[in-house]
Amino acid sequence: MAKITFDGIEIEVPDGTTILNAARQIGGAIVPPAMCYYTPLKGSGGKCRACLVKVAAGSAKDPRPMPKLVASCITPVQDGMVVENTTNDSVLDVRKGIVEMLLINHPLDCPVCDQAGECDLQNFAFEHGVSTTRYQEERRTFEKIDIGPLIQLHMTRCILCYRCVYVADQISEGDRIHGVLGRGDAAEIGTYIENIIDNDFSGNVIDVCPVGALTDKTFRFKQRVWFTKPVNAHRDCPKCSGNVVLWYKGNDVLRTTARKDQYGEVKEWICNECRFEKKETSDWTIEGPAHIDRSSVISANHYELPVLNQSVIADLPASTQRELEQNPPLKLGS
Amino acid sequence: MGRKLLTEHINVEGIETLDVYRKHGGYRSVEKALKTMTPDEVVEEVKKSGLRGRGGAGFPTGLKWSFLAKPEGVPRYLVCNADESEPGTFKDRQLMSKLPHLLIEGMITGSYALGANTSYIYIRGELLYVLRILEKAIAEAYAAGFLGKNILGSGYDLDLYVHPGGGAYICGEETALLESLEGKRGNPRNKPPFPAVQGLYARPTVVNNVESIAAVPVIVNEGGDEYAKIGVGKSTGTKLFSACGHLNKPGIYEIELGLPVEEFIYSDEYCGGIWKGRELKAVVAGGSSVPILPKELILKTAAGENRLMTYESLSDGGFVTGTMLGSGGFIAMDETTNIVRNTWNFSRFYHHESCGQCSPCREGTGWLEKVLHRLVHGHGQMQDIDLLVSVAKQIEGNTICPLGEAAAWPVAAAVRHFRDEFEWHVTHPQEATKAGAIFPGKLVTA
Repeated sequence: MAKITFDGIEIEVPDGTTILNAARQIGGAIVPPAMCYYTPLKGSGGKCRACLVKVAAGSAKDPRPMPKLVASCITPVQDGMVVENTTNDSVLDVRKGIVEMLLINHPLDCPVCDQAGECDLQNFAFEHGVSTTRYQEERRTFEKIDIGPLIQLHMTRCILCYRCVYVADQISEGDRIHGVLGRGDAAEIGTYIENIIDNDFSGNVIDVCPVGALTDKTFRFKQRVWFTKPVNAHRDCPKCSGNVVLWYKGNDVLRTTARKDQYGEVKEWICNECRFEKKETSDWTIEGPAHIDRSSVISANHYELPVLNQSVIADLPASTQRELEQNPPLKLGS
Repeated sequence: MGRKLLTEHINVEGIETLDVYRKHGGYRSVEKALKTMTPDEVVEEVKKSGLRGRGGAGFPTGLKWSFLAKPEGVPRYLVCNADESEPGTFKDRQLMSKLPHLLIEGMITGSYALGANTSYIYIRGELLYVLRILEKAIAEAYAAGFLGKNILGSGYDLDLYVHPGGGAYICGEETALLESLEGKRGNPRNKPPFPAVQGLYARPTVVNNVESIAAVPVIVNEGGDEYAKIGVGKSTGTKLFSACGHLNKPGIYEIELGLPVEEFIYSDEYCGGIWKGRELKAVVAGGSSVPILPKELILKTAAGENRLMTYESLSDGGFVTGTMLGSGGFIAMDETTNIVRNTWNFSRFYHHESCGQCSPCREGTGWLEKVLHRLVHGHGQMQDIDLLVSVAKQIEGNTICPLGEAAAWPVAAAVRHFRDEFEWHVTHPQEATKAGAIFPGKLVTA
């Protein structure tokens, strides 16, 4: 076990835990933002530099500060480490710079982007960015690439977090056929010779994409996410866990995604059949409304767990029951 | 005339062949090390020599070697970084093409010291002709029993391979080099773990520059203490400088560290002064990534002392009034040089070579280049100059690998020392964009 001080808060975590995960155990506003790191994907992290923190003391043995800011998502804790995040102005300044860098070539087409409302970059920029830009040059643009009937790749929005590459390596079956081509600001996600990414778990690249670069073609331009209502549901699926979130508008299921935790990380990967093909309520056992963070724009219309289907509550998977205990539904009339 | 330890026989006819190289004392260090020394003794000699990495960072080589993790039953690797692609630096190319056996000898002795049984030379893809020279030399070394099984009857085995890269500057960064050597995309790795613990194929690995490895035979032959006598302070031994730019005698010079910069530029023994009788304006002392210095600061430190060609003296004054020795790419610029245009040129290189993995470097290098492009072509505004400094600061220190810094330093330094020239480009756009225009408002003809 290692005891660290993060923004003045002491916490004890197992050896080998990264600074970011230690901070997540504390929770709240002190958690550094992460644009590329994704806990379920091995090897991810260290690229976006959004989570840079100051290590004011390296360890109890060697209390010297680290000379540069370190990426908290990949740096393991040491016993006696003192980390400064929100308490250090230089860290916040650098973070502001990172937002600026990520946005200079981003099209900022949020009004027409399907990811708006659940976009990591949008949240990150809202929290840490400034409202104007110093960038006068032309923005880098790419042609949209068609990578099959289900997924749309719009490289112009990409921030090159590499998450989808790791998904293809670690989650999807078969050989990875997409990757990063080119380098520098001309680097792009692509399939080299245009090809269809087609395997049972390819749809997960949509869930891990922090921006609107990879979107669900069955949902594109159908609805703003904050007008849809997320509902937890499950079905018996031979390929995956079958635990999903259905996004309703009225009585129609517009979209199916995997369930995510509060940091936007997928809990259980889902297969393409669940994601793209099962779009009828009758395909699913409805568990009840999915929890949406109060700060999210999706709960802007005060949509937060108002009711629960009592008849299924006993049959719910343990994970959902735990979630319900942590985030109990509001009692009507209270 | 200083001593030449590496390049003493470089002009001997046929020195690239094993026979001639042997006649001039070649492979003595292999015999000495394998027959009379333990690996630790070789490491100790290199430590004593005070040899510092010649690739740019100047980290003590012996110390680097002693950091190598040595778990039982796990192979270790020595990798030679021959991906020399910094603008202004061309010393390794010459060393390898003229003295391939010196590098091979260093690789054998070094691998023995580190206990590596497989070693690699990762060579820049553009240097195909050097690759052929090296491969020929390696074949000769195999035939003569210096490589392969049971070298010189000592029981030590070593296989040496040359691997050409695709010609990416980023693959000169040691972890990107290892990725590339493994057959992957040349993206730098996050550190830790450092290569000394998990390098090539996740095995303990040492990555050294060509010149560092080429110095090992000399150190083993002469002894570390003897080597350390050359030079000043912590800058020991000799160093190759590739001098280029507006000099009378550009070329590669092996100098004893501690030579005054003024003597290096103006002495007939070395660069022979500035061409066409012109004045020196600025110098980039260690390859394009180190900060540029104006004449008055490169010849004398801020304290008024003579600046010497040593790691310490060149970095005297930090980045405010100093620079770095870097990889030894010495670029001299005469009074007709347009510093803004030159900075744009450097910046263009880093923009092109950024791997695009981490956001500050990917976006920042392009931004710098575009702003400089605007300034050079007379579309700049006054606030652009501060913008350059600010963007450079946002990149510096926040990236995965040092390429970010390499891109930011030259821009920040150029603005620091030549701000008036940048301002002139804003205030006099028409004058500044004329062909041959130089600050302040003169025109050069031929």
